[in-house]
Amino acid sequence: MWLMLIVLLPFLGSLCVAFLPSNSKNWEAWLAGLVAAASTVITLCYFPTIASNEVATLRYEWLPTYGLNFSLRMDGFAWLFSLLVSGIGILVVLYARYYLSEKDPIPRFFAFFLAFMGAMLGIVLSGNVIQMALFWELTSLVSFMLIGYWHHRADARRGARMSLIVTATGGLCLLVGLVLMGHVVGSYELSDILSSGDVLREHSWYLAILVLVALGALTKSAQFPFHFWLPRAMAAPTPVSAYLHSATMVKAGVFLLMRFWPVLAGTEAWSYIIGFAGLITLVMGAFVAIFQQDLKGLLAYSTISHLGLITLLLGMGTPLAAVAALFHVLNHATFKASLFMAAGIIDHESGTRDLRQLTGLRKLMPITATLAMVAAAAMAGVPLLNGFLSKEMFFAEAAGFGSGNTWLPTLAVIAGALSVVYSLRFITEVFFGPVPSGELPKTPKEPPRWMRFPIEMLVVLCIVVGTMPGVTVAPALNLAVHHMLGAYTPEYSVQIWHGFNLPLLMSVLAFGFGLVLYFLLQRRYGISRLDKVPLLHRLDGQREFERVLLAVTSFAVRVEEKLTSERLQPQLFWLLLVTLVVGGLTVWRSPIEAVRSPIGFEPMFAVLWIVGGVCAVAAAYQAKHHRLAALILMSATGIVVSLTFALFSAPDLALTQAAVEVVTTVLILLGLRWLPKRLTPDVTGVKATLRDYRRRIRDGLLAVAIGLGMAATTYMVLMSAGPTKLTDFFIQHALPEGGGTNVVNVILVDFRGFDTFGEITVLGVVALTIYALLRRFRPAPESIELPAQRLGDIKNVAPWQLARRGYLAIPAIYFRALMPVLVLLALYFLYRGHNLPGGGFVAGLTLTVALVLQYMVSGTLWIEAKLRIRPHQWLGSGILLALLTGVGAWLFGYPFLTSHTAVVNLPLLGELHLPSAFLFDIGVFALVVGASSLLLIALAHQSLRSHRRHFSGKPPTLRKRGAMRWS
Amino acid sequence: MELLLAIIIGLLTAAGVFLVLRARSFSVVVGLTLLSYAANLFLFSSGRLMTNAAVVLGAQEQHTDPIPQALVLTAIVIGFAMTAFVIILAMRSRADLGSDHVDGRLPVEEEKPS
Repeated sequence: MWLMLIVLLPFLGSLCVAFLPSNSKNWEAWLAGLVAAASTVITLCYFPTIASNEVATLRYEWLPTYGLNFSLRMDGFAWLFSLLVSGIGILVVLYARYYLSEKDPIPRFFAFFLAFMGAMLGIVLSGNVIQMALFWELTSLVSFMLIGYWHHRADARRGARMSLIVTATGGLCLLVGLVLMGHVVGSYELSDILSSGDVLREHSWYLAILVLVALGALTKSAQFPFHFWLPRAMAAPTPVSAYLHSATMVKAGVFLLMRFWPVLAGTEAWSYIIGFAGLITLVMGAFVAIFQQDLKGLLAYSTISHLGLITLLLGMGTPLAAVAALFHVLNHATFKASLFMAAGIIDHESGTRDLRQLTGLRKLMPITATLAMVAAAAMAGVPLLNGFLSKEMFFAEAAGFGSGNTWLPTLAVIAGALSVVYSLRFITEVFFGPVPSGELPKTPKEPPRWMRFPIEMLVVLCIVVGTMPGVTVAPALNLAVHHMLGAYTPEYSVQIWHGFNLPLLMSVLAFGFGLVLYFLLQRRYGISRLDKVPLLHRLDGQREFERVLLAVTSFAVRVEEKLTSERLQPQLFWLLLVTLVVGGLTVWRSPIEAVRSPIGFEPMFAVLWIVGGVCAVAAAYQAKHHRLAALILMSATGIVVSLTFALFSAPDLALTQAAVEVVTTVLILLGLRWLPKRLTPDVTGVKATLRDYRRRIRDGLLAVAIGLGMAATTYMVLMSAGPTKLTDFFIQHALPEGGGTNVVNVILVDFRGFDTFGEITVLGVVALTIYALLRRFRPAPESIELPAQRLGDIKNVAPWQLARRGYLAIPAIYFRALMPVLVLLALYFLYRGHNLPGGGFVAGLTLTVALVLQYMVSGTLWIEAKLRIRPHQWLGSGILLALLTGVGAWLFGYPFLTSHTAVVNLPLLGELHLPSAFLFDIGVFALVVGASSLLLIALAHQSLRSHRRHFSGKPPTLRKRGAMRWS
Repeated sequence: MELLLAIIIGLLTAAGVFLVLRARSFSVVVGLTLLSYAANLFLFSSGRLMTNAAVVLGAQEQHTDPIPQALVLTAIVIGFAMTAFVIILAMRSRADLGSDHVDGRLPVEEEKPS
C-alpha cells in the first residue's frame, strides 16, 4: 500500500496544486515539496526491506486474461532510482520556488512538475511492462508541457513539439517492443520477463525486440542520431532542465537499458547497436559542447555526452561496465543538476547566459562560483570528486575491452580530454577574467540563501561520495547492482585509490590533453568568437527533423486534398458507391439458395405497391421544385409501407408507422415554411448545364444500381430458409418469462429492454437538441414575410382572431370532441400493449397526434391559453420512470431491467397480471409524448415570429404558470 | 408476391439514393425518409413474409418472426427522430448561412443551382 502512495501522491498533489489560485504565494511550493519529501521518506522506509534482498510488490488485477494488471515492484535497483527521482525532486522544488517569477503561472508549473515526478516514479516502479510504457509516454507528455511552459515564446513551443515527437515516437516503438517481448515470454509481468533472458535471446524476434526497445531508450536518452531534441528542450525553465533534462527523464532511457540488461544484453547485436550509439554520442556530444556559446547549450551537449558514456558502458555488455554505468548515472545526476541550477542562478542574476558576455563572476557571487566550480570539476572527473570514480571505472573497462584493441581506450581518453576542455571553458569564462562593468543586462549578486541551498546539498554529495565512497554510496549501489544484474553480479569495489595502473595513466593523459587543447583553442582559434561548431555544423539534426516534418505534413495535406472533399455530395457519392461494390461483391460471391415457395399473389396489394412505388419515384421527381407535392407523395408511400406491415402480420409496426407518418408530415409541413422559395427554371430562366445533366445521370445510374442490388438481395433473403431457433426461443419464453403474449412488445420492454432504454434516451436527446436549436433560431429576413398561400379574406386577420371569427369552426369543435376519445385510445393502446398490439410507442404517438390536431385547427395561442402541456416534464419523468424500473431490479438482487410479474386481484377488473415491464412501458409512453410534442410545439412557435411582425394588436397572453420560453 | 416486394424495396432505395445525392436540403430529407422506408421493409422482410399469422400468442396457429418486428419498430421511431433532426438542421443552416445547399453555401466553381 505504501508502495502505491509513492506513485499516487505526486499525482494527487498535482491535482491539488492545479486548482490553487495563481496568487497563493508559496502554497504550491510547500505542497510540491511536501509531496516530494513524502515520496522520499516512504522510499527510504523501504530500505530495510530492500536490504534483506526482498522485492516489494503490489498488484491489482485489471484484465488478467490479457495479462494487463496494475502492478508495482520495488527491488534494489528500482529503489535507488526512485530515491534519486524523489530526492532530487525536493531540491528542485526548493530551487524553483525562488527561480520562478511572480508573473509566471506558478500553480501550472508545480502541477506539471508533480505529474512528471509521479510518471517517472511510475516508470521506475512498474511491475508490468505495458504499464511502464504508459508512464513512459506520460513523461514525454508532461515534458512537452514543461518545455512549453513559457508558451508565448516560439522557441519554447518548437522545442516542446520536437521533443514530444521524438520521444513519443520512441515510446511507441518501445510499446511495440514490449508487447513482442511479453508475447515471447508469455507474460507482461516484469519479474517473469527478467527470468526469461535465454528464451528472449534465442527467439527469432530477438533482433526486432532489441531494435524497438533501443529506439525507445535512445530517443529518450537523447542518443545519436536522436540527440538533437535535448538542446532545443533547454527553452524550458531551468528547474525543468535540471530535473527532467539532466537528472531524471533522460535517464529513463538508460534505466530501461539497465532494467533489461540481464535479458537483452550480451549479444553482438546489442553491443553494436547500443555500444556504437553510445560511443558516437559520447565523442560528438563532448566535441559540440566545447563550441557552445550558450551556458545551457554547453550543459545540454555535455549531458548528451555523459548519457553517451553511460550507454556505451551498457553496450559493452560486461557486468563491470554495467556497474560503472549505474554509478555514473548517480554521479551525473548530482553534479549536472547542480550545474544547471548554477547556470539558472547566473542567468537569473545577470540576465544572460551568453558565454561571450559573462566574465569575472567569481568576485560578484563567490559562493555560487565556488559551488559551480566544484561541480564542474566533478564533471571533468577531477580526483576526490564523484565524477572521478565512475570515469576511472569507465577507463578501466575501456582498456580491458576485447583483446588488444587500442581504439576504444584512445577514444575514451579523447572524450575525457574533451570533457576537461568544456568544463574548463565553463569555469574560466564565466567566473574568471575582468569583472563586468555594465555590459551585462543586470548586475549580478549572490542569490537568496535558500535558492543556493539545493546546489550546496548536491555539491556536498559530490564531495562526500568522491572522498568516502565506501561508506556513502557503496551499500546502496551494491543492493541496486545485485538486483539489476541478478546472477551476473560481478566482484567490484568502489575506491579512490586503486594503485598506479592503466586507468590512472589514462586519466592523467586526459587531463594533460584537455589542458593543452583548451589553451590551444583559446589562444590559437579564438573559441569564444566562433558562432558555429567546426566540422560538425553541417550535421544539423534539427534542420533534418524540420525538413522531414515539413515533407510529411505537406504530403499529408496533398493526399488529403486529393482524396477528400468538404462537400457533402461527393462524400455521399463515394460512400454509396463503396457500399454498392462491397455489398454487391458479398452477395455475388455467396448467393443464397432459394428454397421457399412464394406465398400467394394478392392483386389488391400488388396495385397498392405499384401506387407506393410510383409515389416514391414521383416524390423524387418533385422534391426540387414542388416540395409540398413531394411531401404528400412521400406520405402516401409511408401509408403504403404501413399497410404492407399490416398485411404481413405485423400490427404493431403498422400502427407505429401510421402514427409516425402523421407526426413526420406535420413536422415537415411546419418546417417547409422556413426554407427558401424554389422557382422552376421557366420562371428563373436559368437553364441546367450539360454538367448538371451529367451529374444527374451519374447519380441516377448509381441509384438504379443500388436499387437493383437491394431488390436482388431482398429477393434472395425472402426466398431463403430463415433461422428458426431464435424465433422459437422468443415465442416459447415470452409468456413464462416476460409475462405477456404480444411477443414484439415483450421483446421491446423486457428481453431487449436495455436497447429500448437507449433508444428512448436518443429520442429525448434529439428532442432537446431540436429545442435548443430552435431557441436560437433567427430566420432569414425574406422568410419572415407572410407566405403567398395566405390568400382571401383571412389575409388581414391575425391568427389569434381567426378562431373567434369562426374560421375552421366546425373542424375545431369536431376535433375538440374527439380529443377525449383519442386520449382514451392512447391509454388503451398503452394498457393492452403487453398482450395485444399496442404499447408505449404507439400510445405516445397517438396522444401526440391528438394534441397536434388541436394545435392545427385552433392555433397555437388559443390552445396554449386553454391547455398546459409541459413536454419537458413528460420527457424527464418518462426517462426517470424507465430508469427507476430498471434500477428497481437491483433492489431484489437481479440485473438491471429484470422484469417481474405480479398477479393482483382487483374488484372490477378481476385478475390482473402486472409485469414490472409495464411500468417501463409507461416510461416509454411518457417520453415519446414529451419528445414528440416538444419538437412539434417548438417548431409551431416559430410561426408566431412572423405573426407578431405582421399583425397589430395584442395576442392573448399565455398562462403564466407553466408557460415556457419557446423562442 | 416476394418478387413484387423486392422490386418495391429496390424502387424506394433508388429514389432515396438519388435524392440523398441532391444539393438541396429538402431533397435530402425526403431521400432519407424514403431510404428508411426501404431499410425498414428490408429488415422486416428478413423475417420472411407471412399473411394471416400472429405475433400474439394463442391467437393463431402460425407465428411470424417477432425479432425483425421489434427491430423495425425501434428503427421507425429512431428514423422519425432523425428526420425531425435533419429538417430542423436544414432550417437552422438556411437561417444562419443563408442557403439551403447541403454545404451551407453554393459551390465555388458554379454559381447556378444544380
